Amino acid sequence: MNKNLEPVVKAIQDKFGATYEEFRDEVHLFVKPEQIVEALTLLRDEQEFELLSALTATDYWPQESPRFHVIYQFTSLAKNLSVQIRVPLNGSSPKVQTVTAVYASANWRERELLDMFGIEVEGHPDPRRILMPDDHVGHPLRKDYPLGYEEPQFTFNFDEIDLRKPYAKE
Amino acid sequence: MSQIEEVSLEKFKHLVSERALTGETMLLNMGPQHPSTHGVLRLLLELDGEVVVNCIPDIGFLHTGIEKNMEAKTYQKAEVMTDRLDYMNTMGNNLAYVMAVEKLVDLDVPARAQGLRVILTELQRIASHLVWLGTSGLDLAAMSMFLYCFREREQILDIFELVSGQRMMTTYFRPGGVWRDVPVEFEKAVRDFIKIFPKRIDEYETLLTKNPLFIDRMVDIGYLSKETALSYGVTGPALRASGVDWDLRKARPYCGYEQYDFNVPTRTEGDTYARYLVRIDELRESLRIVEQALNKLPLGPVRSENRKFVPPPRSEIGVSMEALIHHFKLWTEGFPAPKASIYSAVESPRGELALMLEGDGGPKPLRVHLRTPSFDNLGVLSEIVKGHLVADLVAILASIDIVLGDIDR
Repeated sequence: MNKNLEPVVKAIQDKFGATYEEFRDEVHLFVKPEQIVEALTLLRDEQEFELLSALTATDYWPQESPRFHVIYQFTSLAKNLSVQIRVPLNGSSPKVQTVTAVYASANWRERELLDMFGIEVEGHPDPRRILMPDDHVGHPLRKDYPLGYEEPQFTFNFDEIDLRKPYAKE
Repeated sequence: MSQIEEVSLEKFKHLVSERALTGETMLLNMGPQHPSTHGVLRLLLELDGEVVVNCIPDIGFLHTGIEKNMEAKTYQKAEVMTDRLDYMNTMGNNLAYVMAVEKLVDLDVPARAQGLRVILTELQRIASHLVWLGTSGLDLAAMSMFLYCFREREQILDIFELVSGQRMMTTYFRPGGVWRDVPVEFEKAVRDFIKIFPKRIDEYETLLTKNPLFIDRMVDIGYLSKETALSYGVTGPALRASGVDWDLRKARPYCGYEQYDFNVPTRTEGDTYARYLVRIDELRESLRIVEQALNKLPLGPVRSENRKFVPPPRSEIGVSMEALIHHFKLWTEGFPAPKASIYSAVESPRGELALMLEGDGGPKPLRVHLRTPSFDNLGVLSEIVKGHLVADLVAILASIDIVLGDIDR
């Protein structure tokens, strides 16, 4: 680990009991969902991480607990450091608190989270879908959402698949 | 008709002011078919006369599910998707992707390939800035700028065609190096460009920089403070025009950028004109990098020799059984990457372009997230246009230089 990053990791560990993983000099800290706003405020105000570079998630389906990791990637311009915070969430009604009050860029990123993963963001000022149309059903980046291949129809299951095919019928 | 309007207002109720609900201010759609939105972007504007009270960007018209598609392809095959992201910066996108893959599997790149990558991404940066300069001139009614800029851009695209066979969707950089070595005509083509381009930048500046009409439209328009920019995650020239000296090529050098002598242009005014000046200076700095990289370009291999990740050259396949096996395995099965996640960022013409790449131990990525600069840069738009005229909105939108393919992914 970069030795300038050690005090940052230690501060988060001491305050939130976070565990961490390291890979190719990158540090991922794991915190609990209810601690996220506090942890981000600490990072921004005390550790000078001015930029929330990315906010996204990973779906580990079919694993159920945790099914998602919500990922917050930070950059500190003053110290030239990066750190990542991950929040593991379970598959049934995944929910995080909004961090728009800490970083304004989280607004659109959290809408994307809602749109693409169906992770509910509590207290979001504008909880609409962002990329998909408003009436879209499903969350495309979930692993159980099909990529869009057509199911092959054989004689034995032709009618069954034909019934749920989304083309115009008479 | 009236029913549709009511429904849409209901949806945006929390984003517009009270006066919009009583009908005192007007709601107007700008786009998605509008020449000044630089693509398919819809802006819902709340107008008081000609003054913008609120601006609600609506994106997603160009969403093609690139992230999802990349997750279903092997690491080599997913690369072609990155060209289609930010179509003004194809080389830069390729670079971001191959660097992420190289970091994930820990693959070395030969020095000549690094040099070629630097030359081509900097040329791409110039081409991208030229499109920005041309189109923002067009938005402010300076028609001739567009024609001049596209003339020079054409020359860069010809160089790309020379090296990769494609003008735009290049896919020239590959994990472990580049596709193949550049042809002999490459050096002359780049030298020709280096020779003529400084004069051309002066020409653009004569037309615009001191032009009173242009200055009237640009100065003190769309002020973006340092704090707002950082909070909204704005990066690239827009951030540097607000007084933050942050360029990943300097702060965290990759591809050997530390060997080259260049400045990071910054401004403190934070307005549209400052963003214009920063990009004009960047044209000159990029050209300096291209020249130095071309002078220093070493001879040697352009692809890594690590056969577990990089296919062997075609000439070897006919004579070596191992080469044939490697070729076959790499193009059918792909190479496995560790079960881990990395975040790798480069400086694109628009800001921090990064990939979060997560492997699952197999030949396909578990998760690819593209952190695209335009997405965050557009997020700040509704903040900085408040109180400006609709005509100024066009200038501001041009100055933050968005590409919709980059936003919608």
